[in-house]
Amino acid sequence: MSSSIAQQAQALRARATSAVELARRALEAARANEALNALITRADATALAAAERADAALARGAAAPLCGIPFVHKDIFCTNGIRTTCGSRMLEGFVPPYDATVVERLAGAGAVTIGKANMDEFAMGSSNENSHFGPVRNPWDAARVPGGSSGGSAAAVAAGIVPFATGTDTGGSIRQPAAFCGITGLKPTYGRVSRWGMIAFASSLDCGGVLARSAEDCAHVLAAIAGHDPRDATSMQRPVDDYVASLSTALHGLRIGVAREYFGAGVEDGVGSAVREALAQLEKRGAVLVDISLPHAQLAIPAYYVIAPSEASSNLARYDGVRFGHRCADPASLEDLYSRSRSEGFGAEVKRRILIGTYALSAGYYDAYYLRAQRVRRLIANDFAEAFKHVDLIAGPTAPTVAFKLGEKSSDPLAMYAADVNTVAVNLAGLPAISVPAGFSAGLPVGLQLIAPAFAEARLLAAAHEFQQLTDWHQRTPGGAQ
Amino acid sequence: MAIDSTTVRHIARLARLAIAEGELATVAVELGRLLELADRLAAADVAGIEPLAHPHDQALGWRSDAVTETDHADALLALAGEARGGFYLVPKVIE
Amino acid sequence: MSPALSPQPPALKSWQPVIGLEIHAQLNTASKLFSGASTAYGAEPNTHASVVDVALPGTLPVPNHAALDKAIRFGLAVNAQIARHSVFARKNYFYPDLPKGYQISQYELPIVANGRMRVQMDDGRVLDVEIQRAHLEEDAGKSLHDAFHAATAIDLNRSGTPLLEIVSAPVLHSAAEAVAYMRTVHTLVRWLGICDGNMQEGSFRCDANVSVRPSGESTLGTRTEIKNVNSFRFVEKAIEYEIERQIRALENGEAIVQETRLYDAAHHHTRPMRGKEDAHDYRYFPDPDLPPLTVTEADIAAIVAQMPELPDARRARYVAALGLPDADAVQLCSDKATADYFEAALAALSVAGAPRNEGGDSRADAKLAANWVLGELAAALNDAAIHIEATRVSAAALAHLLLRVRDGTISGKIAKEVFAAMWSGEGDADTIIAARGLRQISDSGALESAVDAVIAEFPKQLADYRNGNEKLLQFFVGQAMKRLKGQANPQQLNTLLREKLRRA
Repeated sequence: MSSSIAQQAQALRARATSAVELARRALEAARANEALNALITRADATALAAAERADAALARGAAAPLCGIPFVHKDIFCTNGIRTTCGSRMLEGFVPPYDATVVERLAGAGAVTIGKANMDEFAMGSSNENSHFGPVRNPWDAARVPGGSSGGSAAAVAAGIVPFATGTDTGGSIRQPAAFCGITGLKPTYGRVSRWGMIAFASSLDCGGVLARSAEDCAHVLAAIAGHDPRDATSMQRPVDDYVASLSTALHGLRIGVAREYFGAGVEDGVGSAVREALAQLEKRGAVLVDISLPHAQLAIPAYYVIAPSEASSNLARYDGVRFGHRCADPASLEDLYSRSRSEGFGAEVKRRILIGTYALSAGYYDAYYLRAQRVRRLIANDFAEAFKHVDLIAGPTAPTVAFKLGEKSSDPLAMYAADVNTVAVNLAGLPAISVPAGFSAGLPVGLQLIAPAFAEARLLAAAHEFQQLTDWHQRTPGGAQ
Repeated sequence: MAIDSTTVRHIARLARLAIAEGELATVAVELGRLLELADRLAAADVAGIEPLAHPHDQALGWRSDAVTETDHADALLALAGEARGGFYLVPKVIE
Repeated sequence: MSPALSPQPPALKSWQPVIGLEIHAQLNTASKLFSGASTAYGAEPNTHASVVDVALPGTLPVPNHAALDKAIRFGLAVNAQIARHSVFARKNYFYPDLPKGYQISQYELPIVANGRMRVQMDDGRVLDVEIQRAHLEEDAGKSLHDAFHAATAIDLNRSGTPLLEIVSAPVLHSAAEAVAYMRTVHTLVRWLGICDGNMQEGSFRCDANVSVRPSGESTLGTRTEIKNVNSFRFVEKAIEYEIERQIRALENGEAIVQETRLYDAAHHHTRPMRGKEDAHDYRYFPDPDLPPLTVTEADIAAIVAQMPELPDARRARYVAALGLPDADAVQLCSDKATADYFEAALAALSVAGAPRNEGGDSRADAKLAANWVLGELAAALNDAAIHIEATRVSAAALAHLLLRVRDGTISGKIAKEVFAAMWSGEGDADTIIAARGLRQISDSGALESAVDAVIAEFPKQLADYRNGNEKLLQFFVGQAMKRLKGQANPQQLNTLLREKLRRA
């Protein structure tokens, strides 16, 4: 069982272990947990080479906090020389010739990638059952899903293979798997983390982030990956806060808005009560709970499931069999090359979203669907802006349920989409949010979601950190996952 | 909104996805259900509301006019299913 | 099969052609619109195609500010509105030379809208052409259909090159008007320094929308679009052909099909493009990778400060202030380098002292300089097939030569010889005049003895002249000039001969 980033970093500096040893142990744990199917690609050789470099840096004594810490990248981040599949047959053999900015920055900080984490194909899914490389299993119960789309990242951290993993969140893809796997998942503000090299699903919603054991660990990783990148025209220029130093900010007097819409009909009793109990603990500690309403919350799912597929239908047009990716055998004509390469390369959910997105943008439907969804998007963003005039954070359950069973929802897209009911609005508004372990329901982890105004990651992390000082939910580990 | 097989065929053609004739009706039903979800947007009062295409109404980042890229043709062409003589190849197109 | 047209043109009187042009001017930036790859023409295939240009997964576009500045320059030059907020949109369609499966363009909110352009026709008419919009977009790559057997080859070097698409209103009514407008735009974009205008390399090309309607009708007929024509002559031919084809069809009771057609220069006809039969549905939407672009008053003020004097203004100044004939002014302003050369030569001539010519003002200098720039210099450039920027005789050197004409050192005729020697690199005007002994003879003694000798030599002609055959004056001038090896000051010689012939 891996310890936290802080513990590993301390052990490295005390020479109680080495980066090479940590990398070896992580690779061993990955092999031992192969049944989880958390990784698509293990990168043994490059991991050990990176670990040796990290040990050299540690020996020189000037190493960054993440130096020598093993981790996995969601297989959506392009890694120079390491296959990057995005969970798709389309990119089964794709080896990028360049690194994503997130990859570059973590490598620069000395962190050691041991592999690429499984995910829903092109990040489209909430259960990790849409991966071409097979579903990922939840370390808490192998019959259940880990959530998605960053399911492999969440399972790898929950199973103790690595102390942290990168993820991406377009509609909840970091927070919901973090909740299902009993770990901490941070989705930063849109524009805070560069999207360069992060394979696009829906460009105005996609956001790179981190899954780890604790808010403190998330702060260390965010500090390494956040900041302006001239290669991403949506990346924000504003300076990066000192997330680690801000962790000690006291909770006292913090106003937390409890959004009544987030405790709606679809929320399981066990989930609702665990989250209310967690909020009560925060209140005892000095936080002020304020009942609030986000009146357009029920429109978030419809708006999201128009906007995200629309953008995806265009983003995924580049997979045409010509320059990279799957190319069908013996195309008879250009049209045959296109339609067969794409039909063979994409899975069912990806095709479904491409079709619905193409429809929403097509002549005659654009106004009623795409444009209307963008107007509703502003209403949703306005709801948050109005709420944040009165409160510092907004809270609710991350997901309406605990991890469901493999196959339980995979035949019903609408039931699957409902798993995102409390997360997608945050992406539509581009806000930062975190899911922290907040108890159990029927023996499975429950996540508490905290949402902050744009660029208030420091406040968000400090509140989550203080909650984790009061509770030990984040230290619980699945018994049967070793 | 209900959607018919003809529309599915048209959309699939625009998206360059092959759907067998026999599957069109099934796909139409499935997409119809998703559109029912989207149709809930009709309930919103959006009069006078500007569409929001980018979070934070953020400003665009620019670059100055400088050549910063070098030739990586070999590495990039190696990713292609078919390339010859420095070109990407596709089945012959007649204009 | 090429549809055969009878040699007789159809009756154009009862039909009015309506033409609008979409001109694609490649902006002359060093790097591409959305990547740091070079835009240089003629490189080995795909060597100027970066990870962004081949649309590798995970790559993102970042716009080139110089392209925006150049688009604004154009907008200001045609008195258009410069949008303070404009939007990059995606135009979605599949084609192998379009790597992302969409082109980043501008749709609802272009950077430039509602401009006007004055177009001077050769027949003296002046058109006022409305420019509906001009927007930034990226170029596609190139498809080579004939390089490989059974395969189309794709070169993405051009992919992502910045274009300014300049869209006129459908207000042009003949092929000649369309070409005159296109030439005016061509002059302007080069004048502004935003496009090299090289049509062979495809830096300046156009699509023409052509329809015809019965004269007097106000609604537009069904139009066809002729794609990608890249020479003025072909634009003219293609539009002429298309107008005739449409009139013929309508007169035969056939309907015009709205379609895209290609101009086939080898057969002088247009034909429908195959493979474009799909109803287009480009599904334009704002590019989520590119937030709206904002232009501030300060941005515009900075560009205004750098704007050159525009061709129309300069032409008017040449006529009003320098007294040049309109035709000269038009020709000089057909290109900025020519106009700048002319001004530099004129300035050097003026600095060299007050004009001595009989007119006594700078207008004579201007006319002298204009004649030489449009005459000898233009001919020499044309013979050498080089542009004025590569001229072998600088404006200062030409001015010095003209100074020697003005001060009477040499005649205009001798000056042509000197110019030719300067062009072939023999040195400056004074060196050549001295080396070749071309200084003209104004010494009255030398002239007098030559004149006396000629009169003595030809008594019969003298008698005829005296009897009223005044045409013989030229005979005597020629003979005297011969004796003086062509170096006599012609005016002086004339005067002297007239006197002596009368008195002798």
